[in-house]
Amino acid sequence: MSETKQVLLSGDEAVALAAFHAGVALGVGYPGTPSTEILEEFSRLGGHAQWSPNEKVALEVAIGAAYAGARALATMKHVGLNVAADPLFTVTYTGVTGALVIVSADDPGLASSQNEQDNRRYAVAAGAPMVEPSDSQEAYDLFLAAVEMSERWRIPVLYRMTTRVCHAKTLVRPRSSPLAAPRASYTRDVRSRVMIPAYAKPAHLALRRKLAEIEAWNETSPLNSETAGSAELGIIASGVAYAHALEAAPEASLLKLSVTYPLPFGRIARFAAGVKRCVVVEEGDPFLAEAIRARGIPVESKPEMFRFGELNVNRVRRILRGDVSPEPQPKPGKAPMLCEGCSHRAVFDVLRKLDCIVAGDIGCYTLGVLPPFNAMDTCVCMGASVGVGLGLRHVLPPEQARRVVSVIGDSTFVHSGITGLAEMVYNPPPTGHVVIILDNSTTAMTGHQEHPGTGRNLDHEPSSKLSFEGLAQAMGLQRVRVIDPRPGAPEVEETIRECLDSGELCLIIARRPCILIARQIREWEKCAAVCSALQS
Amino acid sequence: MSDSTVTNVVIGGLGGQGILRSSDILADAALRAGFDVKKSELHGMSQRGGSVSSDVRFGARVFSPMVPAGEADFLLLLAADQLEPNRHVLREGGVLILPEQVDAEKLLNRKSLNVALLGLLSRRLPIDEEHWLAAIRSNLPEPLHPANLQAFSLGRG
Ligand SMILES: Cc1ncc(C[n+]2csc(CCOP(=O)(O)OP(=O)(O)O)c2C)c(N)n1
Ligand code: SF4
Repeated sequence: MSETKQVLLSGDEAVALAAFHAGVALGVGYPGTPSTEILEEFSRLGGHAQWSPNEKVALEVAIGAAYAGARALATMKHVGLNVAADPLFTVTYTGVTGALVIVSADDPGLASSQNEQDNRRYAVAAGAPMVEPSDSQEAYDLFLAAVEMSERWRIPVLYRMTTRVCHAKTLVRPRSSPLAAPRASYTRDVRSRVMIPAYAKPAHLALRRKLAEIEAWNETSPLNSETAGSAELGIIASGVAYAHALEAAPEASLLKLSVTYPLPFGRIARFAAGVKRCVVVEEGDPFLAEAIRARGIPVESKPEMFRFGELNVNRVRRILRGDVSPEPQPKPGKAPMLCEGCSHRAVFDVLRKLDCIVAGDIGCYTLGVLPPFNAMDTCVCMGASVGVGLGLRHVLPPEQARRVVSVIGDSTFVHSGITGLAEMVYNPPPTGHVVIILDNSTTAMTGHQEHPGTGRNLDHEPSSKLSFEGLAQAMGLQRVRVIDPRPGAPEVEETIRECLDSGELCLIIARRPCILIARQIREWEKCAAVCSALQS
Repeated sequence: MSDSTVTNVVIGGLGGQGILRSSDILADAALRAGFDVKKSELHGMSQRGGSVSSDVRFGARVFSPMVPAGEADFLLLLAADQLEPNRHVLREGGVLILPEQVDAEKLLNRKSLNVALLGLLSRRLPIDEEHWLAAIRSNLPEPLHPANLQAFSLGRG
């Protein structure tokens, strides 16, 4: 293909490079491990990358770009696709004019997530063709292939990665000649783009026709590959499980699937018929095995215990041996803690002291659940703190209800807490409620990304800044307090007590930058001040 | 192919100790020496001081990016108290490299302990010194070069 030099890249970096070489006009997303580095790297390379307030908005922006004929990329972690599921399930009907590739970075083993959902199910449910790389070279090559598939069938493609593919670094040889990018331009096509029932019915039929075509194409697609080996043992694998299988059973025949929806059942049936024993090796749910067996193709699935956690070479050896004996559990390492001097600490100290019932949320501050704070009672998904807190307030007896507090980070508040606040003023509990925004001026958990509340864009350049207090006032909240949660500040306890005792709806904004990034923020601010002085 | 042509190294310690930087340098040095390389770790909440470990594998051809438990040829620890959570990765006869094996007093900058331990490791790996030095230079900002080159040669001896 080319004479370019090999470089060592993570899967995320390889996707970013491929997106750049594919002429992707816009990359959008919301941070989430293990997907975050894709847009950061895409921007570093010179691509146009943006953080959106959440994944749903990100996907919608990407859809707009793809309707305009451009190539668009949306990135998110697995749970992000839940948030973006609504547009996903209908953009497969509308199709696109340019290309739309949606990266879903799954986290089997929960390295940094609240669940280990298997997003391959979304491809089937929404009718989006799915591509799965197994290492960084494939992350690069298959991304380019996904762009081509999306353009050829005018359909969004789900690009499913996992933690080990996103974060492992392996060698990549990039193409020497990037793809030529199309020019964006709008052509009216109301029947395809406006999903009123009269247009959506034929659009659904059209989607199924496209998927049937893609399935037929996938039967001979060079993206899947077969390695002839032993006639005794055949392995069907995808993603990083393929790399483990190569090592665990070098003698086996292998069918490597890169396009895992719609599946090439003819090819799979022929492969399975050619070996005595055929085992599906896959991480997470038995997604491939169930689909293949439903077609009456006799393959073995892994034992149930391997649904949980990541696979590795030893676990694949066990699957092949049918060994379901208990696995050795390594000694647990040291758990993470809130940093020394973290601005979240002062708030949790007080919440514990006041024996609050804390509806928590997701971010660094979730560590408030651990000792020495022990100050979090619930954590479901991003934004849930507000709704869950309200639900508790509505039904608990008043003496307990009065102790309920919702705690949410600034990035999480913008992501999905604002609608919770609207709910609060619309359906106020009889005892009132207290919401605390832990505003540390960054999305710390995922490595310090910007969001609309920081007033800086993905590249840390000045942008419009969403005012939380202004927003609360516009919603009709009367009691809005801004405090500085510096260590030992008496106002933290005073303000929380005052709000709890008031029986009203209250918003407390505890504002102090994350100490790991405070200096950097001052530098960006200085930079911005200089720039605006130069411009005026 | 868990064959002997692949060298498996696991680097462990605590968030903030430069584990990922060390494994980047090792992987880069192996690449420069002409090997196939894979490197993998769990990112996540490492800035909050929890356990971190990183796997580096190199050889003629590497498949899985993760070192299988019981197959590490080298376990390099930046914090001695991280032995228990990592011990299981080491193969029988595998080599353990601990922070006390370098005299931290002699370091120009104590933060370069990770690179000093790489120096120790480098004695036992089939990677020429020039590749190590180039990898250190390309993975660290220039102002840190003197301290880290000194640390490397202290470890390498
Ligand atoms: C739907 C969804 N998207 C992304 C994530 C990943 N994630 C977890 S918490 C978080 C934001 C944390 O930022 P913030 O609320 O400001 O708290 P901080 O970490 O700064 O304390 C993100 C992006 C997620 N868990 N769920
Ligand atoms: S990174 Fe920032 S927000 Fe997260 S624990 Fe450390 S100081 Fe707190």
